[in-house]
Amino acid sequence: MSDDEELQAPDEPAEARWKETLSALFANRLAAAGVVVLTLLILSALLADVVAPYAFTDDDLTRRLQPPSGAHWFGTDELGRDVFSRVLFGARVSLQVGAVAVGFSLVLGTLIGLVSGYRGGWTDIVLMRAMDVLFSFPVVLLAIAIVAVLSPSLTNTMIAIGVVFTPIFARVVRGSVLSVREEVFVRASRSLGASDWRIISRHVLPNVAAPVIVQTSLSLAFAILTEAALSYLGIGVQPPRPAWGLMLLDAQGFIATGAWWMSIFPGLAIFITVASLNLVGDGLRDALDPKQRSIIQSRGVT
Amino acid sequence: MSAPLLQVEDLSVHFTVGRGRAKQTVRAVDGVDLTLGAGETLGLVGESGCGKTTTGLAILRLVEPTAGRVTFDGTDVRGLSTRDLRRWRRRAAMIFQDPYASLDPRLPVGESIGEALDIHDLHQGTQARRARIGELLERCGLHPRVAGRYPHEFSGGQRQRIGIARALACEPDFIVCDEPIAALDVSIQAQVMNLLGELQSDLGLAYLFIAHDLAAVQHICDRIAVMYLGRVVEEAERLELYRSAQHPYTRALLSAIPIPDPVRERKRERIRLVGDVPSPIDPPSGCRFRTRCPEVFDACERIDPALQAVAGPDHTAACLLHGEVGTEVAH
Repeated sequence: MSDDEELQAPDEPAEARWKETLSALFANRLAAAGVVVLTLLILSALLADVVAPYAFTDDDLTRRLQPPSGAHWFGTDELGRDVFSRVLFGARVSLQVGAVAVGFSLVLGTLIGLVSGYRGGWTDIVLMRAMDVLFSFPVVLLAIAIVAVLSPSLTNTMIAIGVVFTPIFARVVRGSVLSVREEVFVRASRSLGASDWRIISRHVLPNVAAPVIVQTSLSLAFAILTEAALSYLGIGVQPPRPAWGLMLLDAQGFIATGAWWMSIFPGLAIFITVASLNLVGDGLRDALDPKQRSIIQSRGVT
Repeated sequence: MSAPLLQVEDLSVHFTVGRGRAKQTVRAVDGVDLTLGAGETLGLVGESGCGKTTTGLAILRLVEPTAGRVTFDGTDVRGLSTRDLRRWRRRAAMIFQDPYASLDPRLPVGESIGEALDIHDLHQGTQARRARIGELLERCGLHPRVAGRYPHEFSGGQRQRIGIARALACEPDFIVCDEPIAALDVSIQAQVMNLLGELQSDLGLAYLFIAHDLAAVQHICDRIAVMYLGRVVEEAERLELYRSAQHPYTRALLSAIPIPDPVRERKRERIRLVGDVPSPIDPPSGCRFRTRCPEVFDACERIDPALQAVAGPDHTAACLLHGEVGTEVAH
């Protein structure tokens, strides 16, 4: 073909593709900002012991409900604990709940969705009806039931949220698999002698990635909020361990007395986390799509 | 031809649609016989929906046949286990109609081609694999360096070349070409046809070439079979078919080929078929073509015509005009 001169292929395909994906991700400035913020959040969660000026249990009733100041950047709560320190420690719980619970539902839901959509027939009917049953319970109610059976703890909270979110992933994946498995390129791959496993892992999975990534970043946000709700009901994270949701709900009683800092800062923390997760999710979705990637590369902008 | 490479006998593909009372059978392919020798090309021509693509898919067992026999180089294809079938697929490949849909958008084209190598454990090792992929691309008129590019970066014609390279990767003896040029620009069609022709003479490939009009297959085929509503209605050697088509449907298809000469083109007599192809759920009794046939007579409703020798032993047609051969239909 005439445009041969312009066509250049990377030398080491697999490795180059990773680099390409990463550079496309960072070419998207919003996604890059998201990555930076998330990295900071994770670091502060890991290094909370070192970075936080106070321990999260450090109470002192003589300095209760103080507004933000040089000594207490985010003010103090009703027991005189430093809100800034508690927000830092709270990142541990919230990020952990988000990552583990969503990771659990992502893996399990994707697996169920893949099997269900690819096999079809009775397998599909049985699996999807089971998911419907799970889905028909209100999220918090089902989580309460699970935690009530397993006894309240951080681990069980994560399991409960993971189970509750599984049907969402299963449905999203199944829907996409149903359309991808009918694609001509799947038939082409089969005509070459590809096994079901190869077709699923090489063709189906990469092609259902986009909706799954979007669903993941949405679910992370909901997982953090669900944890907050469960903690409020006394069946999630147990005080005095700080969690953003728990702090927000504690703050509720003091809004009237004007202690705005108790609710604003944990709220901001949730907002920033969720927003950066969504930015990274969107960026990743585009960076993984070869078509979007070449648009990003040719324009060099978001 | 001595022992044919591919022998298809009484191949049928029926689909069930609807449930319970509304359950109906679609006879997409209904008793097709085909024979193809090594290195030969058999054209399979018919209108949209006549079952020609399904026939191709069923031969390769990409759609499971309902009945019939497919023998490939002595192997009973329908009798192969899942595992043996996967191994057999090395010998029979397929080129698809839509070059935009037949390549995985998320894989670099080199990987799409390399997949066949991995499946059948051919040319393994980074160097050998890359060299082979480059060689296949070059064979199909593309630069080896394009291996790392993605399908959306190519034109339709280039993608079809990639599809051909992929089909060649496992060194098949037989390729089902499902309208490989129908989705391409006219200027590109000739290039792709030439490529297919070259590959055939260099590699000794046998093609089942599916097309929707006789114009597309007139240069590449040795023999041509014309399909209508799930059946083969006429089969003959290429020139014989063009010279003396015996079935009214074949004549209608032939009359649709434009002549590249304005004077003759203006005088060209066209047989226009009226109406649509009847539904394969409920085909007409007797001859399936009778509802649109310009030469229909009363026997057509009563007798389901079988293929019979007409104008020479290697020329068969299923039409009652050449003698009332077939099965009587019960009323």
